[in-house]
Amino acid sequence: MTTPTTGPARETVELDRVTIRFAGDSGDGMQLTGTQFTRTAAVFGNDVSTFPDYPAEIRAPAGSLPGVSGFQLSFSGSDIHTPGDAPDVLVAMNPAALKTNIIDVPAGGAVIVNSDAFTPANLSKANYAANPLLDGSLKAYRVFPIPVSTLNAAALEGLEMTSKQIDLTKNFFCLGLMFWLYERSMEPTLKWISQKFGSRPVIAEANKRALNAGFSFGDTTEMFHTTYNVPKAKLAPGTYRNITGNEATAIGFLAAAHCAKRDLFYGSYPITPATDVLQYLATYKSFGVRTFQAEDEIAAMGSTIGAAYGGALALTGTSGPGVALKTEAMGLAIMTELPCIIVNVQRAGPSTGLPTKVEQADLFQAIFGRNGESPMPVVAPATPGDCFSMAIEASRIALKYMTPVMYLSDASVGNGAEPWRVPDMDELPDISVPNVVKGEGTFLPYGRDPETLSRPWAVPGTPGLEHRIGGLEKLDGLGTVSYDGANHHKMVVLRKAKVDGIAKDIPAQDVYGHEEGDLLILGWGSTFGAIRSATERLLADGHKVGHAHVRYLHPFPANLGEILKRYKTVLVPELNLGQLWFVLRGTYLIDAVSYGRVVGKPFRIAEIVTEAERLLAERR
Amino acid sequence: MTDVTELLAAAAGTATPIKLTRKDFVNDVEVRWCPGCGDYSILAQTQKVMPDFGVPKENIVFISGIGCSGRLPYYMNTYGFHTIHGRAPTLAMGLKIARPELMVWVITGDGDALSIGGNHFLHSMRRNLDFTMIMHNNRIYGLTKGQTSPTSEFGKRTKSTPMGSIDRPMMPLTLALAAEATFVARTVDTHTEHLQHTLEAAGHHKGASFVEVLQNCNIFNDGAWREFTDREFRDDRMLVLEDGKPLIFGKNRDKGIRLVGLHPEVVTIGENGITEADLLVHDQHAEDPYLALILSRMFWPEFPVPVGVLREVERPTYSELADAQIEAAIAKSGKGDLRKALMAGETWTVD
Repeated sequence: MTTPTTGPARETVELDRVTIRFAGDSGDGMQLTGTQFTRTAAVFGNDVSTFPDYPAEIRAPAGSLPGVSGFQLSFSGSDIHTPGDAPDVLVAMNPAALKTNIIDVPAGGAVIVNSDAFTPANLSKANYAANPLLDGSLKAYRVFPIPVSTLNAAALEGLEMTSKQIDLTKNFFCLGLMFWLYERSMEPTLKWISQKFGSRPVIAEANKRALNAGFSFGDTTEMFHTTYNVPKAKLAPGTYRNITGNEATAIGFLAAAHCAKRDLFYGSYPITPATDVLQYLATYKSFGVRTFQAEDEIAAMGSTIGAAYGGALALTGTSGPGVALKTEAMGLAIMTELPCIIVNVQRAGPSTGLPTKVEQADLFQAIFGRNGESPMPVVAPATPGDCFSMAIEASRIALKYMTPVMYLSDASVGNGAEPWRVPDMDELPDISVPNVVKGEGTFLPYGRDPETLSRPWAVPGTPGLEHRIGGLEKLDGLGTVSYDGANHHKMVVLRKAKVDGIAKDIPAQDVYGHEEGDLLILGWGSTFGAIRSATERLLADGHKVGHAHVRYLHPFPANLGEILKRYKTVLVPELNLGQLWFVLRGTYLIDAVSYGRVVGKPFRIAEIVTEAERLLAERR
Repeated sequence: MTDVTELLAAAAGTATPIKLTRKDFVNDVEVRWCPGCGDYSILAQTQKVMPDFGVPKENIVFISGIGCSGRLPYYMNTYGFHTIHGRAPTLAMGLKIARPELMVWVITGDGDALSIGGNHFLHSMRRNLDFTMIMHNNRIYGLTKGQTSPTSEFGKRTKSTPMGSIDRPMMPLTLALAAEATFVARTVDTHTEHLQHTLEAAGHHKGASFVEVLQNCNIFNDGAWREFTDREFRDDRMLVLEDGKPLIFGKNRDKGIRLVGLHPEVVTIGENGITEADLLVHDQHAEDPYLALILSRMFWPEFPVPVGVLREVERPTYSELADAQIEAAIAKSGKGDLRKALMAGETWTVD
C-alpha cells in the first residue's frame, strides 16, 4: 500500500465499499483505465465487480454525447455481487461524459473533471448552454475541476511525441490520481505498461510519467483532504485471479476439452459482445485448439456440427442475431443428435438492437426458437466466474446426451469481471465419453443407451460403422430415412424424453435465505448479483425471503416446482418482459409475478428491493 | 494383393494398402432418383473410381446439401451426411479442420451451391481445404419440381418464371476460379469415361477441388445441355482440354481457339494461313488464372464448351497451414498446460 508522505496533512478514512465510474470519449481509454484499477484492487485482495458500458460506435465524433464510454467498478472489503447501483466518484474526461453520467451520481457524490476539456466547442457538442463548472448547476456534488490535459502535458515534456499522442495518455493521469486517492499501488500498472509497450520505450515512458504525475498531483495538491482505504475482503481460501465472463467462458471450454479428452473446435463469426471468446480461444493453439472464423454465422454453426461429427468437442459462439441465423443448423444438430454447444452472449434486441447493451430476451429463442419439436438443453452462468463451471457443465451435458446445448451468457456477465478462485486440477470432473467401435450384430446408429437415451457416437474413421445421417427423420434404431408417421411420433417423443431426462442429472436447485416464507425472488443469468444483494438487504430487514438463481433453464432442476410452492409469492426479475416468468407459469401453473426491465443496463439493487417490498406489503 | 506389397507397407510403418472394388462402395439402400436421371451416372462413376484412391472406406465421407443430388451419400457405402440446403461445405470445413486425414467429398447442385449456399461455396474454395466438391448442374430446381436456378438460361420459362427468367445465369467455373479454387474442372454426366477421369483427378488433387458436372434432368429440364453434349454434336461443340496440348476440337480436329488481343476466337486450321502453332496451348498448371478464366467464360453457341481440367495448381492446404501454426505455437511455448492457462495473469492467494 502507498501512503502519502510528502503532501499536506490528511486523514485516511476506511470504507467498506467504493464505486468509481470512469467516463470519457470512446478514444479516451476508459475501458483500459477501469480494467487497470480493477486488476489492482483485485490483486490487493478486494472483492471487485465491474460494468463496462461502451457505445456501439467505435469512435463517434470526439466530444459528442453518443461517443461517451464508461466503466464502472466497485471494490470492497466484503463480499459484493454487483458493480454498485450508483458511483461514489465520477471521473469525467469531458462535458459529454459529465452530461451523460451525472444523473447517476447521488447528491454529495464526488465528481472529478478534466477542466481543460470544458471548452466552448466541447460544451456545445454536449449541448451545454453554459459551463456547468461555473454556473452552479453542480452544487449538489463535490466537484474537483483539474486541468488534467495541461498537467499531463507538462509531465511529459521533453518526450518525442506529438501533442495528440501526449493527450492520449491523460487517462493514466486520472488513473494515477485514483490510485493515490484510494491508496492503491501503481506497481501492477507500471508492470503492465512495461510489458505492453516494451518495444516502444517512449510510449512506455509517457504512460509511466502520466500515471506518476496523477499520483503526485493528488499527493501535493490541497484539493483533497482525505484519502480512502478499502480493506481486503474475506474471500474463501485459494488462489484467485481477476476474470471477465468471456475469458472464463473461453478457458472453461478449454478445460472442458481437457476433461473430455477431446480436441476443442470453435467456429464463430465476429459479433459484439461475443467476439472476445473467439479472440481468447485463438490464443490457445498450443493446446491444439482449432478456431475457425467462418464466413458467416451459418457457416460457424455448420462447421461446428461437422467438427462434432468428426469427434471434436465442438462449439460456436455468437449473440442473438447470430443465433437467429444458426437456427436451421441447430435443428440439424438436434436431428442428427450430435454434441455441440452454442454460446449466446446476449445483447439487447430485436434485430441489431443495442449491440453493446445487456438484455436477457433470448430465452424464448433458446428454448423454443426452432422449427418442429426441437428440444435443446439451456444453461446460463450467473456470474463471470460461473462461466467457467457452466462451460464444463454445458459440455458434459452435450457429450453425455449427444445433444446441442445452448449456453446463455450476456453482455453484462461476459464483459463484467470479478475475482475468481482458480480451481485445482483435481477439482475438474471427468466428462469423457468414448467413441463407439464395431461390436456384435448390426450397428444401430440410432440405438439408445437405456439410461440416458443418447445414441452412439460413431465418428468417421471407425471401421465397420459406415453409416449415413442427415436432417431427414430417422428410423428408430437403424437410423435410415423414414417418412413413417408412427416412427416420427416415436422419435419426437424420444428426443424430448432424452432432453427431459437431463433433469435427473443436474444439481438440485438451491435457495439462499429462507427455505420457505413470504417471497421467493427467482432469477437467472447476470441478474444474480443484484438479486442476491437485494435479498441480503431484505433479510437484514427481517423479511422472510429467499433467492433461487436458476442456472439450468431447460430442463429445470427436478425440485424447482416444489420450491416454488413453499412461498406465498414468487417474484421473477428479468432483463426482458417476462420470459422465464412465462415458462414458469406454463410449467408449474404458478401465479408468479414478473418484474421486467429492458433499459440496456443491469438491475440496480434498489429497484429489486423496492419491487419486493411493494409485493410484501401488498400481499401481507 | 501380393504379400510383398503388404510386407513393404508394414516395413514402412504404413497401413496395408487396401484393394477395394466398386462393390465395396455400393450399399443396399434403394436408389430413388427418377429413371433416366443423370445422377445415376454420376453415382455409378463415383463408386467406380473410389477404389483407385486407396483410401479405406471408413475414412471417406460424403457430405451433401439439399436437392436431388443431396441423396447421393445415402447410396455410398461410406460415412455420409445429408445436411441442409446450401450448407454442406460448412460441415465439410468443420470436419476437415477437426479431422484432416479424412477424405471428404461434397455433393451439391446448382441451386444448393450457387444460390442458397453461394457464400459457403466461395469461402470453402478460397480456404483450400483438401476436399472435392462435385456440383451437379442441371440448370433447374428439380426436387421442388421445376423453378429457375442460378444457372438457368436468361429468359428461361419455368413454373416460377412463366414469362421467362430475367436473371442472368452464373458461370460456376468463373466463380470457382475467382474464389481461388486450386482445382477447377467440368465434365458431363453422359460422357462416362471423361466423368470418371475427372472425378479421379479431382480426388487426387490436394486442396479445394471443384467439378461441375453438366447433368440432365429428364423430368423438369430435359435436354438441359443437349445442344452440345449429344453424341451427334459433341465433337463440334465441345472442347476437350488436355494439358500441354493446343485447343483443338471438331469432328475433323480442324477447329481451334486462338487469342486475338484479350479475346478468344474460333479458327479453322488450314484456313487463312492458320496453323496449330497459332492456337492457344492449354496449361492447367499455370500459376496465374488468366487462361483458365478465359476458358471458363467460353460457352455454346459462341464457343465450344470446354470440358476437362481448367486449373490445377499446388498451394498449401488449410490443414497444413493450421497444423503449422499449432506446431509453431508448441515450439514457442511448449505444449499447452491447462494449469498455467487457468493461472494466467496476476494471481493472489487468500489463506
